[in-house]
Amino acid sequence: MNEAILALAIGVLAGSGIWLLLRPRTFQVVIGLSLLSYAVNLFIFAMGRLRMNAAPIVPAGAAADPAAFADPLPQALVLTAIVISFAMTALLLVVLLAARGLSGTDHVDGRERK
Amino acid sequence: MVKEMLPLAMLALPLAGSAAALLFRVNARNAEAFLAAACALVACVIAASFYPEMARGAVVRTVFPWVSTLDLTFSLRLDGFAWMFSLLVTGIGFLVVVYARYYMSPRDPVPRFFAFLLAFMASMLGVVLSGNLIQLVFFWELTSLFSFLLIGYWHHNPAARDGARMALIVTSAGGLALLAGVLLIGRIVGSYDLDVVLASGDLIRSHELYLPAMVLVVLGALTKSAQFPFHFWLPHAMAAPTPVSAYLHSAAMVKLGVFLLVRLWPVLAGTDAWMWTVGLAGLCTFVLGAFAAIFQHDLKGLLAYSTISHLGLIVVLLGLNSPLAAVAAIFHIMNHATFKASLFMATGVIDHETGTRDIRRLSGLLRFMPITATAAMVAAAAMAGVPLLNGFLSKEMFFAEALEVSGPIPVLDRVLPFVATAAGMFSVAYSLRFIHGVFFGPDPVGLPRVPHEPPRWMRFPIELLVLACVVVGILPAVTIGPLLDIAVHAVFGADKPAYRLAAWHGFNVPLLMSVLALVGGALLYWALRGYLAVAERTPLLPPIDGRRVFEGTLDAARRGARRLESWLGTRRLQPQLRWLIVLTAAAASWPVVRHGLVPGDAASMPLDPILALLWLIGGVCAVGAAVQAKFHRLVAVLLTGGAGLMTCVTFVWFSAPDLALTQLLVEIVTTVLLLLGLRWLPKRIAFASTWTGALAALPRRAFDLALAITAGTGLAVLAYAAMTRPLPDSVSRFFVTRAYSEGGGTNVVNVILVDFRGFDTLGEITVLAVAGVAVYALLRRFRPAAESNAVPPQQRMQRKSDLPEDMAVPAFIMRLMFPVIALLAMYLLVRGHNLPGGGFVAGLTLAVAFILQYMAGGTRWLEARMQIRPVRWIAIGLLLAGATGAGAWLFAHPFLTSHVVHLALPLLGEIHLPSAFLFDIGVFALVVGATGLVLIALAHQSIRGDRRPREL
Repeated sequence: MNEAILALAIGVLAGSGIWLLLRPRTFQVVIGLSLLSYAVNLFIFAMGRLRMNAAPIVPAGAAADPAAFADPLPQALVLTAIVISFAMTALLLVVLLAARGLSGTDHVDGRERK
Repeated sequence: MVKEMLPLAMLALPLAGSAAALLFRVNARNAEAFLAAACALVACVIAASFYPEMARGAVVRTVFPWVSTLDLTFSLRLDGFAWMFSLLVTGIGFLVVVYARYYMSPRDPVPRFFAFLLAFMASMLGVVLSGNLIQLVFFWELTSLFSFLLIGYWHHNPAARDGARMALIVTSAGGLALLAGVLLIGRIVGSYDLDVVLASGDLIRSHELYLPAMVLVVLGALTKSAQFPFHFWLPHAMAAPTPVSAYLHSAAMVKLGVFLLVRLWPVLAGTDAWMWTVGLAGLCTFVLGAFAAIFQHDLKGLLAYSTISHLGLIVVLLGLNSPLAAVAAIFHIMNHATFKASLFMATGVIDHETGTRDIRRLSGLLRFMPITATAAMVAAAAMAGVPLLNGFLSKEMFFAEALEVSGPIPVLDRVLPFVATAAGMFSVAYSLRFIHGVFFGPDPVGLPRVPHEPPRWMRFPIELLVLACVVVGILPAVTIGPLLDIAVHAVFGADKPAYRLAAWHGFNVPLLMSVLALVGGALLYWALRGYLAVAERTPLLPPIDGRRVFEGTLDAARRGARRLESWLGTRRLQPQLRWLIVLTAAAASWPVVRHGLVPGDAASMPLDPILALLWLIGGVCAVGAAVQAKFHRLVAVLLTGGAGLMTCVTFVWFSAPDLALTQLLVEIVTTVLLLLGLRWLPKRIAFASTWTGALAALPRRAFDLALAITAGTGLAVLAYAAMTRPLPDSVSRFFVTRAYSEGGGTNVVNVILVDFRGFDTLGEITVLAVAGVAVYALLRRFRPAAESNAVPPQQRMQRKSDLPEDMAVPAFIMRLMFPVIALLAMYLLVRGHNLPGGGFVAGLTLAVAFILQYMAGGTRWLEARMQIRPVRWIAIGLLLAGATGAGAWLFAHPFLTSHVVHLALPLLGEIHLPSAFLFDIGVFALVVGATGLVLIALAHQSIRGDRRPREL
């Protein structure tokens, strides 16, 4: 049932993120992207299936048995994704700050809806 | 071995020359010409040095594997036909360069000219020498590009710009068709290798894709060789400097189309469809071009239409499906190149020395420039097909073939000899107009300059080419015979047709046709003389201007695109994102709708109440953040952090310690970042919320809510369905079993990052560096919104209270923490290869340590004591990671190959030091730099009063 919990968590994170992504204020979009990236990272991670107490730290020496460990590949993918999503959040935040300085509004289109 | 590298040298030489040509001074005509001539001449000598191999019928191949799984190689293939073309391209290229030295004015920026010319030569050689069809198309498009640049060389002239653009669009559109055709051929044959393709003629011709492939390839050839109905670009391309016309539009680029037709003749020709398309297009071009040439007043226009017509002749010959006709075509390719290049150059001389190219204004030049005039007259006679000149021989061969033809339509077969004779008459007429109109008659009046002979070396290329016309015309068998034989042998192999080259074939029907054409052409010119002086346009032909049709089409396309954009496009972000999500959701549900989706049956974990509780909190945090992000940003940031924390716990829970560490640290820096950003965001703008406004927004919000719920549910269902299925076998097996034996580490995730998939990581840290530098650059010129400029009340209060000791105790602790955190970072870095940790985590940790010091002491206090230079960290990190990768080259291993060193150290015992560890240090430094750069740059905004640029 842990799978169901995680699936629900992914769904709630993604839904909240998408809702915010569609909002008109730039800060909402930044937060939305953050939430969406949690959802996506968890989703990719989940594609390696859930394992407990099986961190992919293999014993030194003999060839390890892949079945005894959690799938390391999605973890490696997600690790860099986490760092990159930080960089993107930073870039987006600064772009919106600069855009706000230039356009005088924090609407995503750079001007208020008429 | 050396011999096999020579074709590459032949190709590389003009390319290198092109790059070198750009280095000279703007008016260095002599140096440029010397360089270009040397490149062309050496390339020509290299080509000539292959004569023994070519005479043996050998094929020289130079192959460099590239993407072998896609059958992509860089391969050069020099056979007799390619060899003949290389000689033509480099030889005439050399003469054109010599000529251009005198033609170009001292005011023209010559480095650009010669650089383009040499680059064009290299592209030509690339096409000719290609042993792979895709590669051939690549160089083909390069010739279009450089022809564009050369035609538009005098870009201050609008006609040159328009002509260049037209040539580019027509020929590169044809190039795209050719690419499609080549891809089809590759699909039929299963290979793009020219040798394989040439050996599969029967397979291709009998394949159901033959017709589209053939039509597409022919489209490419016809556009390039200016064949009807795509001929219109060539006359407009005459706005180019005359050396360019002499080179591109007589000897080189326009010959590429026929080159391709000959190259693929053995595999594509021989069918009725080929005869219909190629033969008919060629015949129309041959006749119409010759007819239109009579009525041109511009000398270059006359030569352009004559070129169109002669290319048409070659195409007809290729379309006749007779090997003997194809031999005549190859022969005429050479002959046309010699006499037409010399005629273009002579025209350039006339233009240069008199200041005009209008036949109506020129006359009697024979007395002013007797040598040039004689040479031009001989070349024009060759163009007309006068006996004892080379043009006569190939035209005679054509007449003979026209009599023999047996195509699918008997009427056409019978008509062809008459059509051929008529077109022959036209070409005699325009050649006569060229000779008589320009060189005979009274002295010219009202010319801008007094005409005289050009400099000695400007005349030299013309004389040499004309000499070739005469010698070939009189003694074909001993001069051109061996060359032609080599080329023909390469195209047809062992079963080449028997042919005989001779100036005299006895009295026969083709000779009669030639005589008829000569006499008839002379009479035609005589009859039209009066009309030509006043004719405004070509009579009899419908007044369809290819240029107008072309521009109309272009305009219509532009208008259509604009209408489509205004109809479908939007500049607003929200509809774009909305559509993106709708489409993604639709695409994701499509397979579900088709195949259904049920949960898998893998053994499920028992429910863990604590995890459920944690995610209850996490879910509330996420929804709360979504609700509060508009008006309560601080709350939203904190709630997002809560959701992130739950994500982090989940990673710990399900055996991903590395992810948990990274997530935790990123959570910290993201929160700091957002808090720093909040300072510059507007306060809640009070806007009157009206009932009508809220009501109007309701449907939109309802739709977005439904969309968010749908997408979230979809993702949840998908995740659940995947998680309840057993894990299929993947590359992970490889990673786990080889991590220690080949990567030298026990932490598989880290080994993947820095070793197995190190190249990906290099790309990712590069993205990180770019993002960091971009943030820095954006903030350097940051202009905050007017209402955020004021010092916030909290800061004011703090200053007023004048109590710097506010933070004294926490600051003291934070400073004490610095060495501890830094040591932790080092520890995480060093153990990363074997235990959770690694460069990313360690880098983030150190960045957090730095940020903490900023918080404790303030920007000014800290920077007075400690300079963190994030840009240098980034540079060092990137260089170190790159250098570690490149280090593998020293040991002849591919980029980023890891090597483990076993060291036995006192005290520490045996240590495994993989080179991937160095790479990880690079990652570490870069992450410290990028994270630090972003946060520090943003923090600096709070001391904005100081406008002095600060080095970070």
